[in-house]
Amino acid sequence: MKRWFNLTTPSGLICAVCVMFAFGFMLVPLYDVFCEVTGLNGKTKGQYQGDVISSNSERMITIQFVANRNANLPWDFSPQQEEIALKLGERKQTSFEIKNTYDRAVIAQAIPSVSPAVAADYLNKVECFCFQKQPLEASESKQFPLVFFLDPALPEHITKLTLSYTLFDISETATASAR
Amino acid sequence: MRQLLQLICSALVLSPGTSVALEFNMPAGVTQTSQSIYGLHMTIFYICLVIAIVVFGVMFWSIFHHRKSKGAKASQFHGSVLVEIIWTIIPIVILVAMAVPATKTLVDMYDTSESDIDIQVTGHQWKWHYKYIGEDLGFFSILATSKEEIENRKKKNPNYLLEVDNPLVVPINKKIRFLFTSNDVIHAWWVPDLAIKKDAVPGFINESWTRIDKPGTYRGQCAELCGMHHAFMPIEVKAVSEDDYALWLDEQKALKQAEAASTELEWSQEQLMTAGAKIYEKNCAVCHQADGSGIPQAFPALNGSPIALGPKADHMAIVIQGRLEKGMPAFGEQLSAVDIAAVITYERNSWDNKTGDKVTPAEVQAVMEKQ
Amino acid sequence: MSEHMDTAHHGPAKGWTRWILTTNHKDIGTLYLVFSLIMLFVGGSMAFVIRAELFQPGLQLVVPEFFNQMTTMHGLIMVFGAVMPAFVGLANWQVPLMIGAPDMALPRLNNWSFWILPFAFAMLLSTLFMAGGAPDFGWTFYAPLSTTYAPPSVTFFIFAIHMMGISSIMGAINIIVTIFNMRAPGMKMMDLPLFVWTWLITAFLLIAVMPVLAAVVTMMLMDVHFGTSFFNAAGGGDPVLFQHVFWFFAHPEVYIMVLPAFGVVSQIVPTFSRKPLFGYHSMVYATAAIAVMSFIVWAHHMFTVGMPLTGELFFMYTTMLIAVPTGVKVFNWVSTMFKGSMTFETPMLFAIAFIVLFTIGGLSGLMLAIAPADFQYHDTYFVVAHFHYVLVPGSVFGIIAGVYYWLPKWCGKMYNEKLGQLHFWLSFIGVNLTFFPMHFVGLAGMPRRIPDYALQFADFNMITSLGAFLFGTTQLLFVYIIIKTVRSGKAAEQLPWDGAKGLEWSVPTPAPYHTFSTPPVVGEK
Repeated sequence: MKRWFNLTTPSGLICAVCVMFAFGFMLVPLYDVFCEVTGLNGKTKGQYQGDVISSNSERMITIQFVANRNANLPWDFSPQQEEIALKLGERKQTSFEIKNTYDRAVIAQAIPSVSPAVAADYLNKVECFCFQKQPLEASESKQFPLVFFLDPALPEHITKLTLSYTLFDISETATASAR
Repeated sequence: MRQLLQLICSALVLSPGTSVALEFNMPAGVTQTSQSIYGLHMTIFYICLVIAIVVFGVMFWSIFHHRKSKGAKASQFHGSVLVEIIWTIIPIVILVAMAVPATKTLVDMYDTSESDIDIQVTGHQWKWHYKYIGEDLGFFSILATSKEEIENRKKKNPNYLLEVDNPLVVPINKKIRFLFTSNDVIHAWWVPDLAIKKDAVPGFINESWTRIDKPGTYRGQCAELCGMHHAFMPIEVKAVSEDDYALWLDEQKALKQAEAASTELEWSQEQLMTAGAKIYEKNCAVCHQADGSGIPQAFPALNGSPIALGPKADHMAIVIQGRLEKGMPAFGEQLSAVDIAAVITYERNSWDNKTGDKVTPAEVQAVMEKQ
Repeated sequence: MSEHMDTAHHGPAKGWTRWILTTNHKDIGTLYLVFSLIMLFVGGSMAFVIRAELFQPGLQLVVPEFFNQMTTMHGLIMVFGAVMPAFVGLANWQVPLMIGAPDMALPRLNNWSFWILPFAFAMLLSTLFMAGGAPDFGWTFYAPLSTTYAPPSVTFFIFAIHMMGISSIMGAINIIVTIFNMRAPGMKMMDLPLFVWTWLITAFLLIAVMPVLAAVVTMMLMDVHFGTSFFNAAGGGDPVLFQHVFWFFAHPEVYIMVLPAFGVVSQIVPTFSRKPLFGYHSMVYATAAIAVMSFIVWAHHMFTVGMPLTGELFFMYTTMLIAVPTGVKVFNWVSTMFKGSMTFETPMLFAIAFIVLFTIGGLSGLMLAIAPADFQYHDTYFVVAHFHYVLVPGSVFGIIAGVYYWLPKWCGKMYNEKLGQLHFWLSFIGVNLTFFPMHFVGLAGMPRRIPDYALQFADFNMITSLGAFLFGTTQLLFVYIIIKTVRSGKAAEQLPWDGAKGLEWSVPTPAPYHTFSTPPVVGEK
């Protein structure tokens, strides 16, 4: 029987299908890039390398700290200070207290999020407990430091921002990569 | 058949809805944002109405006049570049006109700076938690409608499914900034009168703000499917004057101290059982069921369970710490020592469980402190 | 147009194996249509459960967890089981007939792409009987409700989606290859009937987005079983990412479900207006424009997830812009009717209802595009009303119109016009009674996907339920009409509609098992 078509069209289409399937996965890193560029979702950047960017600005910014536990993780988790006022480009240190109230060892991961989301790009963390997973023995408690500064380029209209940490129990998977 | 008709008619006339005014439209709300959204909504609605009248007008005019039965002869024209350009341009102009006010409102809604009060709203399956940042005050807000009403064994009250035990209390004329996050799945906090609807996403925070003009109670619901009891986690916001708000804050702090003191008190078995029954219905019956029978494959029965009949210490441990991998929350985080003592006492002495045990608040307190 | 030459091949095989082994486009088209009709009733009976529970406030019939399973399965079955296969069925029957091809280009692939479907849906429906119940996270299956918090049956759901996706992709490849390579000699792209054009564009959409759906469910599968964290914040993922990827698929999907209906209506309106379609070229360009723009509007489904202001504005503007080509289509249909010589047989009635009610759905879509107002509309019954207006009196009416229009050619018998009109009017009343009050309850504040509601929504919900029962039962009449036509309808004429133009009407009635074995020659216009 005569073939009614040449094979170019179907093979081209099959390639297109494969490309789009791959593109679906590509959306994941693309999204991360997109988040980083636009501060979408208030994702913070990784560890800040380099010197603190200083500034002569007298603008005072209030930064709030919020501590959450996902799925009722029975840990005590609280910021040392709920609010800090600071100048742009000023290096600040604060800490969070974490206590494992569970009767077994648990590995937790803290996930940071900033609101308003656009501010996330200007919050530079020099040291943060969210960069590593945090194993705690039963009933163990620890102080975790957070060292950060605000980029002087922070948009004018922002006067207050909130940094939230949510603790997740990752004892089971514990495969999470450090952020 | 006649019976069915009668049922339908009587249901239509006497349906419980008739006691509440019928609402056709979006509420204008009690904030400037909600009113400008309402304005936008009505403008766009009228524009759409005009478009519909013009398009359908031409169409129905043709249908009536250009029908074969009236002897209409078909023209054979099939295009006109000019006409097509015109009806591409006109919609674009209308759209631009609509986009301008919409953009203005949106920009305003995103300005969360200079807030007076910050409240963190956390969605839980299936309740809300409110935390007043900087006030050392936080509480859960749980559906207050009784099971009898939901199961049609009791007449439904006008606020059916829109009432909670602890409403969120806020002052009027203050800029309130809300921070939204979630403890488990995605929820959405929605109060139509404030025109706030924001997703609460686990691990992330979102924000929104409001400034309420009028005192009153404003009700809303969770707007994002969050599992089994998505329909049963309402929101109640009580807006009060600034003075009343200050009073309320003091009262809450006093209550908290009283609660701590009540742990020290001596509780009788009857008192614990009565209090326990209420707490059980609100916190436990959703999964373990009112009769303690649980849901097979999902939630274990408490009636006759080895834990409810076994040693008190194990029972306390599981209620206080939860069993997170199975979806049992750690109630040590959510309930007071008195409440936990009461509910454990209730569980050990209800249905077929007859241990005769009494768990005192002091015992629970001791376990909680040890951790 | 050349006269048709019917060189008699062998006829269909005898017995039931005909349907299993067939590679004939007409048989496969019939299989698709019958399958989608069955799925319409399966999904419809789930809607019946939903509306019965919502008849009055309070929990009466089902428990909330089962209610959630019903809303989820209703959505999945109607989208993937009823609407999409019905359009593929129409394409199988009509595309070769309309372009003068003897069959689809890849007949065996065609057979497989159909026969995957019954297995996919058997698997999906079997989850209803599994421990923990069927998927209960809505047809949009947002993570983490569909991953960390999902019932065990989610794995079967994922495989069922994969199978449906493979079926759709194979169908789409087949249609594109057929249209590109098998047009009658002399038929240029701009000679293609609009139904063929809209399907060609739909097929490209399918190729572009079904793999993305496959990717997103694969990521879910990996999250659920292999410890990855695409959508889990704990491992550095993001639940909102799920929604972005999902809607990147699902917004074009919305157009996949309606573009072929545009095509059907663009065939029917000129026939019964006895007048050529107004603005053929702009129709083609508008369809293509809608398809292209459908890739840059997805996040308007997510205005409340907390996007930055610039994101909200971008998606608001692009969404509003998509109203322009859609408007062009509606204006063109109305202009086609203008100064025509119209008659109102059943296909035309459904087509007119399509134009009117789809436009209502389109206008409410325009309202939803306004981001600030969407904060009030989002996830309420207003949205439910909107998408049912574009899908039920939109896509489903388009399918029904197409079936009435081409049925005489398919089976050589004429349906009963009186019954057809009765079916139309009952459907029209039922649809509006069901979905119009949903606008009101939505605006008044009723969220979607709830099994129980506050008292002020009671009256409208009762009307909606009554309308839904009417609409659902009416479709039994549709089945009766079709069976009666096939069994004992009056013989149809060679050209059942005097205004109809196109190659499909040049073949004998009923269309023989093999048509256009010798390709027709399409003359100069």
